Amino acid sequence: MSAGQQTLALFGGVTAILVAASLIGFVLTSRYAESPVVGNLNARIKAWWVMVSLIGLAFALGKAGIIVLFALASFAALREFLTLTRTRRGDHLALAAAFFVVLPLQYYLISIEWYGLYSILIPVYVFLLLPIVAALRGDTANFMRRIAEVQWGLMISVYCVSHVPALTTLPIPDFADRSLLLIAFLIIVVQSSDVLQYVWGKLLGRHQIAPSLSPSKTVEGFVGGIASATLLGAALWWITPFSSWQAAIMALVINLMGFCGGLVMSAIKRDRGVKDWGQMIEGHGGMLDRLDSVIFAAPIFFHLTRYWWTV
Amino acid sequence: MIARLFAIAVTIFARIVTGVRGEWRGCLPEARQRIYFANHSSHGDFVLIWTVLPAALRRCTRPVAAADYWRQGRLRRFIGDKVFDAVLIDRDPASRQADPIEILLAALDRGASLIFFPEGTRNTTSQRLLPFRSGLYRLASARPQVELVPVWIDNLNRVLPKGEIIPLPLLCTVTFGPPVSMAPGEESGPFRERSRDTLLALAPAVEGEV
Repeated sequence: MSAGQQTLALFGGVTAILVAASLIGFVLTSRYAESPVVGNLNARIKAWWVMVSLIGLAFALGKAGIIVLFALASFAALREFLTLTRTRRGDHLALAAAFFVVLPLQYYLISIEWYGLYSILIPVYVFLLLPIVAALRGDTANFMRRIAEVQWGLMISVYCVSHVPALTTLPIPDFADRSLLLIAFLIIVVQSSDVLQYVWGKLLGRHQIAPSLSPSKTVEGFVGGIASATLLGAALWWITPFSSWQAAIMALVINLMGFCGGLVMSAIKRDRGVKDWGQMIEGHGGMLDRLDSVIFAAPIFFHLTRYWWTV
Repeated sequence: MIARLFAIAVTIFARIVTGVRGEWRGCLPEARQRIYFANHSSHGDFVLIWTVLPAALRRCTRPVAAADYWRQGRLRRFIGDKVFDAVLIDRDPASRQADPIEILLAALDRGASLIFFPEGTRNTTSQRLLPFRSGLYRLASARPQVELVPVWIDNLNRVLPKGEIIPLPLLCTVTFGPPVSMAPGEESGPFRERSRDTLLALAPAVEGEV
């Protein structure tokens, strides 16, 4: 199959799953019309239609489409993150720079495939320059906490998210025209892990796995979700440069990272006293609620692939 | 016509910059005469309230604003008069020709709902909410049938603090609380205190600034 055919096959498969999900949602609604769980499920499925359509559109536009899509996702994530931080007047300029300079620059560097700079822009240059901007404003109250929160927001919302489109810059032998499929692999595996954890948890969940962080996560959901999403990853080896067992290991690693990412982001939400990061995606919460697992999986997936599969 | 389009453009702009969301926590967006009383930290405050109101309510809801600010320059005059149909009051007792409360009562008697900032001025201090002036009490005692709805505007002071030029695209929320009504014979002091507490109770527990 050519890259185009593979992409079509993938989107065909995803669409078929969404049709099935919508039908199940429809049947559940006719039986348990009043249930808030079913209402939320249907809202989530509807939101998935929108998200899959947007990703499909981005794929159709190619690399530029993917970069723009994830730049916008970063923007939404960063505003959700920084809304919850405790910044002060003195941070205004540094925050404006984060939104209007650092974020566009990071995605520009990815578009010109300058690995040497996009991989250190935020952890080195921004890490050192933003506190200078804030310090020059002279407000020292809670200085270290403010700086740390802004840096963390940029790392999570911009740096980590940008590693999804950065996958297209990897020089993998005999894979040049199919780099978008690597993104499809990452997103499909990690997001289906989230969905399958939710499904297994709702069906069989008894024992909470992290009660102080996330009361809805269960051991049964964790094991069932990670295992089935890992199998799914192995079954998708044909769109990757990996063999089937390599694809399974990659899927396992990103699923575990994704799960832990969800826990870390829950810990932050707990600390700040909110249930969701935002209300942008109906049924799911905010952009960060939907992306938390991808955020933690993307840079690791990027570097493992880069280390072992690029020339 | 231009004013209508301008109004739509302003609300779209407000939604893009602040992602603003209205939360009706203590009442519903019903078509009844109300005074929405809110915290005031930015010139954009009434724009946010206006943006989250349903279009039908928006048309009969008029912000109360300072004449000295909104009569300056043609653009502000156009926005104040034509776009938002603001009720302008003169804050300076020396220069004004009419009692501001009389102007507001006249607007209420023509059926309008009002967006009112009982602190009387923009809050640029680190306090969350300044003490209320007497305006709200005087309006409430003169027109007891009008519902008083507390509205907390969160985060707009961080989007564009005083003296800054670039707005930050942080998320804002506008929370509508349970209506406050005046107890029979209630004095100005206790009423101001009580309505202020109801408004403060809508503010999120998390402080934007510590």
